Amino acid sequence: MLSQRRLARRAQARELFDRAIVQRAIRDSFTKLDPRWMMRNPVMFIVEVGALVTSLFFARDLVLHAPQRGFDLAIAAWLWFTVLFANFAEAVAEGRGKAQAEFLRRSKSDTLAKRWSNGIVESVASTQLRKGDVVRVEAGDVIPGDGEVVSGAAMVDESAITGESAPVVREAGGDRSAVTGGTRVLSDTIDVKITANPGETFLDRMIGLVEGAQRQKTPNEIALSILLSGLTIVFLVAVATLLPYSLYAGARQTLTVLIALLVCLIPTTIGGLLSAIGIAGMDRVMQRNVLAMSGRAVEAAGDVDTLLLDKTGTITLGNRRATEFIAAPGVAADEVARAAYLSSLADETPEGRSIVLLARDAGIALDEPTDASFVPFSAYTRMSGVDLADGTLIRKGAPDAVLAWVRERDGDPSPELAAHVERIARAGGTPLLLAREGRVLGVIYLKDILKPNMRERFARLRAMGIRTVMITGDNPLTAAAIASEAGVDDFLAEATPEAKMNLIKREQSSGRLVAMTGDGTNDAPALAQADVGVAMNSGTQAAKEAANMVDLDSDPTKLIEVVEIGKQLLMTRGALTTFSIANDVAKYFAILPAMFAAAYPAMGVLNIMHLATPQSAILSAVIFNALVIIALVPLALRGVKYEPRGANVVLRTNVLIYGLGGLIVPFIGIKLIDLLLSAFHLT
Amino acid sequence: MTLTGWLQALAFFAIVLALTKPLGLYMAAVFAGQRTWLSPVLVPVERLIYRLGGVREDEEMSWRVYAICVLVFSLVGLAYLFVLLRTQKWLPLNPQHFDNLAPDLAWNTAVSFTTNTNWQFYAGESTMSYLSQMAGLTWHNFVSAGAGIAIALAVIRGIVRSSAQTLGNFWVDLTRACLYLLLPVSMAFGLIFVWQGMPQNFNPYRDVTTLGGVTQAITGGPMASQEAIKEFGTNGGGFVNANSSSPNENPNPFSDFLELILIFAIGAGLTYTYGRMANDTRQGWAIFTAMALLFFAGFACTYASEAAGNPLVHRLGVLGPNLEGKEVRFGAAASALFATVTTDTSCGAVNAMHDSFTALGGLVPLVNMQLGEIVFGGVGSGLYGMLVFVVLTVFIAGLMVGRTPELLGKKIERREVQFAILAILVTPVLVLVPTAVAAITPMGLATLGNAGPHGFSEMLYAFSSTNANNGSAFAGLGPNRFYNLVTGVTMLFGRFAVIVPVLALAGSLAQKRPVAPGVGSFSTNSGIFVALLLGTILIVGALTFLPADALGPIVEHLLVLQGKTF
Repeated sequence: MLSQRRLARRAQARELFDRAIVQRAIRDSFTKLDPRWMMRNPVMFIVEVGALVTSLFFARDLVLHAPQRGFDLAIAAWLWFTVLFANFAEAVAEGRGKAQAEFLRRSKSDTLAKRWSNGIVESVASTQLRKGDVVRVEAGDVIPGDGEVVSGAAMVDESAITGESAPVVREAGGDRSAVTGGTRVLSDTIDVKITANPGETFLDRMIGLVEGAQRQKTPNEIALSILLSGLTIVFLVAVATLLPYSLYAGARQTLTVLIALLVCLIPTTIGGLLSAIGIAGMDRVMQRNVLAMSGRAVEAAGDVDTLLLDKTGTITLGNRRATEFIAAPGVAADEVARAAYLSSLADETPEGRSIVLLARDAGIALDEPTDASFVPFSAYTRMSGVDLADGTLIRKGAPDAVLAWVRERDGDPSPELAAHVERIARAGGTPLLLAREGRVLGVIYLKDILKPNMRERFARLRAMGIRTVMITGDNPLTAAAIASEAGVDDFLAEATPEAKMNLIKREQSSGRLVAMTGDGTNDAPALAQADVGVAMNSGTQAAKEAANMVDLDSDPTKLIEVVEIGKQLLMTRGALTTFSIANDVAKYFAILPAMFAAAYPAMGVLNIMHLATPQSAILSAVIFNALVIIALVPLALRGVKYEPRGANVVLRTNVLIYGLGGLIVPFIGIKLIDLLLSAFHLT
Repeated sequence: MTLTGWLQALAFFAIVLALTKPLGLYMAAVFAGQRTWLSPVLVPVERLIYRLGGVREDEEMSWRVYAICVLVFSLVGLAYLFVLLRTQKWLPLNPQHFDNLAPDLAWNTAVSFTTNTNWQFYAGESTMSYLSQMAGLTWHNFVSAGAGIAIALAVIRGIVRSSAQTLGNFWVDLTRACLYLLLPVSMAFGLIFVWQGMPQNFNPYRDVTTLGGVTQAITGGPMASQEAIKEFGTNGGGFVNANSSSPNENPNPFSDFLELILIFAIGAGLTYTYGRMANDTRQGWAIFTAMALLFFAGFACTYASEAAGNPLVHRLGVLGPNLEGKEVRFGAAASALFATVTTDTSCGAVNAMHDSFTALGGLVPLVNMQLGEIVFGGVGSGLYGMLVFVVLTVFIAGLMVGRTPELLGKKIERREVQFAILAILVTPVLVLVPTAVAAITPMGLATLGNAGPHGFSEMLYAFSSTNANNGSAFAGLGPNRFYNLVTGVTMLFGRFAVIVPVLALAGSLAQKRPVAPGVGSFSTNSGIFVALLLGTILIVGALTFLPADALGPIVEHLLVLQGKTF
């Protein structure tokens, strides 16, 4: 439902922006002609220099009334178009980001903050807030900066950042304490400790990222640029030496023709679209509401070999439900329910609430005990519970943890329950052992509910060659049952943060790239260690800082889409590079015979496309070269079609389409353009 | 074309194929320092050499040190040969009393043999003393080949090692290449060649009166001992000017056949060594397959063109294949085969005059050299040249599977692409630029043997051959100071400007830790990879030269069809 609404909203936004984006892109295509900008892209810079030189020739032709002025004009014009088309591709790719940045900037407008100062609230501009300040935010206020809720709980509208209109709960303590500047509190009052100075906030970073202001070339993009520059030098040498060769052959070539040949041979198709592909890749990640801190992270996502997925929230629906209390022999059923109830009253996790509900159904109705202290669940103890005022300790949690706790207090481990624990675990449920003092009271049966369609998604990942590992605090039996039901390749049961960290390091040392999602503070080290770490926006500040991506929707399955986008990004580059290089064959066959037709009429045999005249042949190749850039802009922005299959299948398909296609298409294209040119007597 | 012609080529290739695995295994063992059947005899010699040279056998070198050793060793060798050639008149073993070489020719020849090129702007039988031949040229025939093999081994180690800083020890690799491989085989084949009738003596030339009544000098000298390493080390420098077309250097079709096999043997064997060291012999066979396809394509084209003959000659009533400049005892097929094989590799020995080939028959040797001689190739240099194309192919096509491209699990990133491109840039620059200078300067045009496109081919061939360290010539082009000096430069840079980036590439790869292969990774041992590799070689390697080749052999061919000559 929600996502449908969001899609609708986006579609609307797209329609609204499209015209504006294109208009601005056209304007930007011209401002980008500035040589200082063009120099960043050596391939297109050469084209621009060529366009300039041929324009000068045309000017000279005009003065001298030279007969070739029409031809020089046509070449010069199409070379300018080639540069403009490449600039346009980049500008369109940037356009969406720019529009989004403007939208974000509007939510950043300065607000007044209510800062606590020596026990009283004073009003200051949000720009004056510094790290460590504590501010009060009331219903209707815009949160003045990034921070953590230190007291209270509130409904917050985060649509300014996530596009999600449903408000979310932000509360002190736990993993839902982070708030973002620019979002709005809808109800209640919270105190927020500011964690970022002005200019360094999430919103600032986000604006920088979407705008591409901080965009740096990614490692693969740099490597590809080096390859393209190298090829450009090779062709520069090949074409430049052709002038002396033609002198020897008595078939002197004009510089216009040589420049035309050079531009056709250098990899302008990929050179012109390379930066657009990168920007569009980042944009596709952004459109899925994932904020990648760098293009490098998106690229790395394509290389991921192992995906660590938290069971809860990713594979199963977050809330496990308590469905049964099983009493230990000699323990009354309602004693179990009562202890379960007491231990969970203050437990705000969905599981805890479901235990309270189940106990109520069993007829337990007690007042909240006074002076009891709630012991929250921690990943280290893997237990939670309550210390009652009379000194009674109740614990519930993972069976081995609870048993250890019982043994510590010289209690009786009650072996009869082991059969129940195993039965529940084997069925994929989660058994919680319940103990009071040194005595095991019984088992709470928590049922996991699998998310729909996960099996298919894991099969898809497997086909891509990515191994999925489910991470869970459950015991091995439960984990195995859920793992096999969900179809993941492996699982890590009874996971502690250390175990998770060790798993990541182990995978990495055997040469695999690891991706994971996380939200809690205890995930932060693992998020930082993983090659691709995606933090949930609902998570803690620590997790978000450690990760290299933040998912604004807090949907852990999004990682799978990010991996696909990363792969698509690399594939698009490879496909267009292959296409661009393969194109050269046809261009040689168009231009070479045309160049030497006068000196060596025998070369006409090589004019296998039967192009009308030497001039139309050269012009057709140049026009094709320019048009192919504009024709491929949608592909560069959208990315090549991605099918999750083995590398060899994907390779075969792409080689056929872009390699073989790259050989054949220009033959057809150049011939068609030549036919049109001669039909309209344009040469 | 005839069936026997093709059978010769197929029989030749079958033997090369059969030798690939045993020779590859032997080289893998030798360079890993493992025991081989020659060890009992050679290990003491090897130890002695290390002791004399102060080499520590187990000391490994970084790519930089390795490259510096290669450069220093070659530079010292170059100076040594230059001095020898400039002083041979005063040195022993000079029964014909040949004079010292002129400085520019001595420079050209010293560079030529140091770089494994063996480009010869002199006629051996009328220029070189026996001492110069043996202690100068033959010394380099061994060590330049040994250095090439050593570098190939260093590059293989760079690819297969994981998280390593070193590539091996140049002195050890060089010693082992010469001692275990080049010397024993050359000795054995030297004897076989003597048996087949090659001269091996220190006598002065013998003047005889022929049946026709004229006096002729019959050359002598230590030929057979040079012949084997000339082919086996892909050197190609003939003892006499006529090279392997002379009966002294190539007495009969059997010796011709043996010479062909010697030329391909190491290049083919190294592909297996590579696969073996990579623990995946299919990697080696994939490269072998790509090379084999290029070989057959080249041979088919040359042979077809030579067998079809010259239409202009046909019009005069002389039908049949093109036999101008060929030895009748070899014929069109064996000559086409030799021309293909000698330019697939960096050998450059010839058993026929390439200048007299038909236009398309001459185009194939030209293209082979412009590709950088990667079809089995020069000993060592063929493999490392091919591996540069492998890296490029992996990078371009590997992206299409949606991962950072990997070669044997090692990611190909900025540094690798940079070094590969540097190595690739060398050939176009060193072939096309000097040809352009020659084509418009009086010095360059002065010694052309022909006008028109064929003259252009002669210049293009000279620089293609010297850059690729081949050494064969379109014999129409004569030497002068311009060519002596400039080809010296192209030979020198054609070798070392490739070796340095290639070693850097290997050094960079060695440091990487391979990622685990999976169904998502790009495999470099499949049929589709071979196809992509060939595509990259032809489009990136060959298309660059298409404009130049079009103005040389291609247009010449078209003009011949029209009956036009220059």
